[in-house]
Amino acid sequence: MSPSATAALTAKATNGLRHCGNLFALALDVLRTVPRRPFQAREFIQQAWFVASVTILPTALVSIPFGAVISLQIGSLTRQLGAQSFTGAASVLAVLREASPIVTALLIAGAGGSAICADLGARKIREEIDAMEVLGIDPVHRLVVPRVLATMAVSVLLNGLVSVVGVAGGYFFNVVLQHGTPGAYLASFTALAQLPDLYAAELKALVFGAIAAIVAAYKGLNARGGPKGVGDAVNQSVVITFMLLFVTNFVMTAVYFQIVPQKGG
Amino acid sequence: MGVEIRVEGLTKSFGHQVIWQDVSLTLPAGEISVMLGPSGTGKSVFLKTLVGLLRPDRGSVLIQGQDVSRLREHALYEIRKLFGVLFQDGALFGSMSLYDNIAFPLREHTRKPESEIRRIVLEKMDMVGLIGAEGKLPGEISGGMRKRAGLARALVLDPEIILFDEPDSGLDPVRVAYLNQLIVDLNAQIDATFLIVTHDIASARQVPDNIGLLFRRELVMFGPREQLLTSDEPVVGQFLNGRMQGPIGMAEEKDAAQVEQELAELDAGRHTGPRGGKGASGEGVVPRLLPSPGITRSPRWQAIAEREEMAALRARVADHARSRRSARDAAEEVD
Repeated sequence: MSPSATAALTAKATNGLRHCGNLFALALDVLRTVPRRPFQAREFIQQAWFVASVTILPTALVSIPFGAVISLQIGSLTRQLGAQSFTGAASVLAVLREASPIVTALLIAGAGGSAICADLGARKIREEIDAMEVLGIDPVHRLVVPRVLATMAVSVLLNGLVSVVGVAGGYFFNVVLQHGTPGAYLASFTALAQLPDLYAAELKALVFGAIAAIVAAYKGLNARGGPKGVGDAVNQSVVITFMLLFVTNFVMTAVYFQIVPQKGG
Repeated sequence: MGVEIRVEGLTKSFGHQVIWQDVSLTLPAGEISVMLGPSGTGKSVFLKTLVGLLRPDRGSVLIQGQDVSRLREHALYEIRKLFGVLFQDGALFGSMSLYDNIAFPLREHTRKPESEIRRIVLEKMDMVGLIGAEGKLPGEISGGMRKRAGLARALVLDPEIILFDEPDSGLDPVRVAYLNQLIVDLNAQIDATFLIVTHDIASARQVPDNIGLLFRRELVMFGPREQLLTSDEPVVGQFLNGRMQGPIGMAEEKDAAQVEQELAELDAGRHTGPRGGKGASGEGVVPRLLPSPGITRSPRWQAIAEREEMAALRARVADHARSRRSARDAAEEVD
């Protein structure tokens, strides 16, 4: 490899590392700033309402077919195995453990995160963020912390919504379309799933919300190059958030199985 | 009373590109200074470095004995309360009305009751002529109004230092005149230290106490207005006249041979190409803009006004003598 190519590669690598480091620095800043008073309650409520309003409807609409698909898959599988009585158990387990945190993550990143990133990015290129700093106000305290907390709160609530809607959708498809027995579906409800599954899912949603909001804020606050720069920042923030969320999901699931003993094992 | 800013050996680069290096100057307390320079010489970067939004590679910015470029974040937010900054487009918060924008610093930093805030905000809005537009959103008003609202917001905490990033850009000549008068009136009233970054030569000639010129990654000159306006530095001459001939090119610099040839042409009195854009009406000291008649003048402005009066008187006497002499010469010729 020629020296210039090596140099270019090193520059790229250090640049990547620098972004990584800055992202973590922002995360630490957020953590350090959370306890600082006065808490921006107004901004928190506005943002929570905003994130909820852009995510609730799509989340509900996505989780119905999601629950239905799981139900269809499991329904045909259990029929082949002759284990129809476990359809409900398996469907609840799948929705609660995996489907709901993933759906929440996708929508929080796709709808909530992108909106936060676009908002902060537009403020950045219009020099509003600079103006705020010059007025002696820390944008992390004033803007980022309320958004991160709001996204986390909404994410936890959304996860509950997805679980309920997903399970209801699964029930509907299983009972009405696949002619399963309602009693069997409900009776096997807790055969495999257990309460810690719900706690774990809510914890996942909490972490996903934090990651999505911090990545979106980081990308938004570092947007540059005019309106196109904001578009690029939003795009990158969604892609990066998705990757981080799926990795985090894998790690948290693996840890969960190590810590919590499973039912029916 | 304003605060002095001492800049020493300031250097800033982005990657390998040096923006400017070894900039040293002192903005005297309470005075108006103007920073000139062709586009792309990092004037805005200089402003942002002064308030600590950007960190320089080397050098220091001393304000009240503290080095802004090395302060920790918390101390930096404290010292920024001394500053009022007017950004190019006003940098208003797009989601808030003008009233809320201007009230924002007061609500964040003070515990004043809402009635007191209302009084201060309306006073500042009156100062910049925005009464009646309180409820408007920044997106609904013209660029000039945004600029004035940005100025009102910068004034609301009674800053010791006010920085203006191209206050004249996007304004018509009449509004520029009003804004210049406003700047001078403000300086006479609040005695803060002003720094104005601009391309507008006409404003730069009338308004400031001091002028600086940034070019070719350096501070070419910084000093009293008269010093720069009478300088025979080629860059200064080119900039003040708005000529194409000289060291400044379209892409910042020209090659040395071409510059030499053009300077020789100028020496020979051959001017080519357009000139005089952006109020660039040439060198020479012009009368200073004084505060409006209603404004009570500080001792500093009284001294300036007296000096200006003397200068005007001297100019009239010289003028008179010249016309008498030419009349006499004409009479002698008749004889």
